[in-house]
Amino acid sequence: MSPYALQTKGLVKKFGGFVATNDVTLNVQAGARHALIGPNGAGKTTLINLLTGFLEPTAGQVILNDDDVTQLAQHQRVKRGLARTFQINRLFAELTVLESVVLAVNERLGLGARFFKPVGAHTQAVQEAAELLHTLRLADVAHEQTRSLAYGKQRLIEIALALAAKPKVLLLDEPAAGVPTSESRELFASIAALPRDVTILLIEHDMDLVFRFADQISVLVSGALLTQGTPDQIANDPKVKEVYLGETVHG
Amino acid sequence: MSIVSIDLAPLQRADRWRVAEWAFWLLPVLGYFVFPDNLVLLTQIAITALFCLSLDLILGYAGIVSLGHAAFFGLGAYTAGLLASHGWGEPLSGLAVAALASGVLGFITSLLVLRGADLTRLMVTLGVAMMLFELANKLTFITGGVDGLQGIEMKPIFGTFGFDMVGKTAYWYSMVVLFLMFWAARKLVHSPFGLSIKGIRLNVARMPALGAPVNARLAAIYTIGAAYAGVAGALMAQTTQFVALDVLSFNRSAELLLILVLGGSGSLYGAMLGTIVFMAAHHVLSDMNPEYWQFWLGAMLMLIVLFARDGVMGGLRTAAARLVPRKLAAP
Amino acid sequence: MTVLFDGIASGMLLFLISVGLSVTLGLMNFVNLAHGSFAMVGGYVCVTLLNKAGVPFLACLPLAALATALVGVALERTLYRRLYTATHLDQVLFSLALVFMSMSAMQYFFGAQQQPLNLPDFLKGQINLPGLDMGIYRLFLIAVSLLIAFGLQSMVSGTRFGAQLRASVDNPRTARGVGINVERIFTLTFALGSALAGLGGAMGVEMLGLDPGFPVKYIVYFLIVVAVGGSGSITGSLVASLILGVVDVAGKYYVPQVGSFVIYAVMVVMLVFRPQGLFGRMAAR
Repeated sequence: MSPYALQTKGLVKKFGGFVATNDVTLNVQAGARHALIGPNGAGKTTLINLLTGFLEPTAGQVILNDDDVTQLAQHQRVKRGLARTFQINRLFAELTVLESVVLAVNERLGLGARFFKPVGAHTQAVQEAAELLHTLRLADVAHEQTRSLAYGKQRLIEIALALAAKPKVLLLDEPAAGVPTSESRELFASIAALPRDVTILLIEHDMDLVFRFADQISVLVSGALLTQGTPDQIANDPKVKEVYLGETVHG
Repeated sequence: MSIVSIDLAPLQRADRWRVAEWAFWLLPVLGYFVFPDNLVLLTQIAITALFCLSLDLILGYAGIVSLGHAAFFGLGAYTAGLLASHGWGEPLSGLAVAALASGVLGFITSLLVLRGADLTRLMVTLGVAMMLFELANKLTFITGGVDGLQGIEMKPIFGTFGFDMVGKTAYWYSMVVLFLMFWAARKLVHSPFGLSIKGIRLNVARMPALGAPVNARLAAIYTIGAAYAGVAGALMAQTTQFVALDVLSFNRSAELLLILVLGGSGSLYGAMLGTIVFMAAHHVLSDMNPEYWQFWLGAMLMLIVLFARDGVMGGLRTAAARLVPRKLAAP
Repeated sequence: MTVLFDGIASGMLLFLISVGLSVTLGLMNFVNLAHGSFAMVGGYVCVTLLNKAGVPFLACLPLAALATALVGVALERTLYRRLYTATHLDQVLFSLALVFMSMSAMQYFFGAQQQPLNLPDFLKGQINLPGLDMGIYRLFLIAVSLLIAFGLQSMVSGTRFGAQLRASVDNPRTARGVGINVERIFTLTFALGSALAGLGGAMGVEMLGLDPGFPVKYIVYFLIVVAVGGSGSITGSLVASLILGVVDVAGKYYVPQVGSFVIYAVMVVMLVFRPQGLFGRMAAR
């Protein structure tokens, strides 16, 4: 049993002649708070897409909890404990918040194929969804239609949908993107409150949040891993400073 | 932690039958007594409503745009018709076999339909329907070709209710089948499976990220929709004792699409209301010049698409929201 | 061999009408089932000019194209434009509505019968070679279509408009950002597509006939060309049209009892293996 919850081995993704992901070997410790940073266009979202199975790699492997999942489809990886959030919300506009989360919980409980008893009668799923809403402070908007809510709330729903899968590994793609700074602290408080047996890999641009939250940081540049280390190591790494020309790195 | 406790009642009550629904399902009973001379027309309305319901399942709920849904209707009609014209006149088993045949075709084509983007899907559904049309057209010795399938003789339902000339038996037969299948569809859309289908329509990219096997679910709903259409076609064959070639035509698929949009897709009742409004209008205006009818049909469809996209159901919901202070959850 | 020749002629006609649909679908991602209506309009304009106004046939053709282009621009600016961002279903419904309205309008003005068309003498007749009978009109059709195909390809790859068109197809957002007036490109392209459809409709009266049912009768063929050739690809449309034309004519000649079944089956099979068509890219949605 390796100590790693998530690994990639020599992961490569080419789009025609363009190399989006260049031989990435990444190891994420179980229970880690691992951040992935890098300049725009470095290929961070592409990497997440490869990890989840949304994209098929040109070469290399993805290993989840010691299982090679490279050939598995997205939904199969979710069943094995991998969940993600999207950089831009992908929500169910016409559904209420509660309905959306119940939908997600149903999938985890394997109820998605049940076609007779109504949704409301599956009490375990509904209770679980309600608890999740409480945890993320969405209880007061439970019966509001998703599309009528403020962006900050919608971002919380985005996270709720991923959490509903009770993942062992959670991939967060810029969770604070588009959320005003005042609300992002609260958002991160929710993420930080997650139990330690959930491994978190997150992409973030807000260095403040990254250095506050992460215990390991990987730096991705032009599709390749530049370096990896603790926040202190990264903050003092001259190569990283060079890459972030002009950006203040929290020291 | 939030101190607000979530009221789960709306979700738990979501599938309860509303007063308006009970009232609606009294209509078939009323119809029998108020329009005793028009039972044939009303039967056809019921059959078309079932056909429209089947399209609502795949289009209104699952979001699959099909221009060839008549394929399943027609296959069901010919299946039931051929059974009856070759000596097997038992109605209910005829329905079952037709449902099976259309369901199988639906399942096979679902594997094709799920690949590719909207245009490809459109073309595959259209192509399959056109293929069946051509087959039925050419295999005259089986289907009767352009002249249609005749010689359909139906045995009494349960051995007791014989098909009469006035159409009373056909009327109740169709209405009961419609109601039972509607009831089943209603259960389906309120179930977790139904919710996941809605999820696929609303955000297909999100569903696999939640662990849902999207293709399997879509194949399932498409198969069910096909089977439903097959039953409608079988009813048509059994009640009119004739199958015309146009059951497989593009016109039938296009007209069905229009009826569903008129009524409002995604609510099951929209399919019912759209059919009633359309066919009643068609009947009342039947002596109108067909050019005028088609022109105004097109104009109306255009207006709906541009300004009243949710059709009759949308209009009813808006009216209800204005008249009733409490917000009614949609069925 | 004659069958092959006739199939090629049929395919070229199909190309002429369908290429506009392919480009507008590729450009505006708009599923326009009413494309056949534009061809029909071109046909009726041509027939009216020829029979009622005595305009020489060769002059009727560009006039029909122009008239159809004007109709196209008018509809694009007022109606189509509103639905560019709508769902494909809404576009299908809208264009279906247009089909109904155009068909009934033509029936109202012209009646349900086939429109007679009397070709000028120099286009009648055949050139007879051993084993190959070439109808003069079909030769004319092939020549015109090839010219247009060549012209289109040159325009798209060689001119500034073509470059802007390609940019707008690839990435409308970026194209706007670079200063390309994407809305105007859309209108011009739609006009061009309509003009070609109108020309094709006019030229097709001799071979396909003309009655108010034209759009519904043939829309499936146009859609097949676009689906199989790949939307947005001129070469794809050409190849797909030729294949379709030859298979259809040959099929009806050699195996008439099967009819159009083969066409549909071939299309379905092809789309199963290559959902993006022969030359198309995977659609964004």
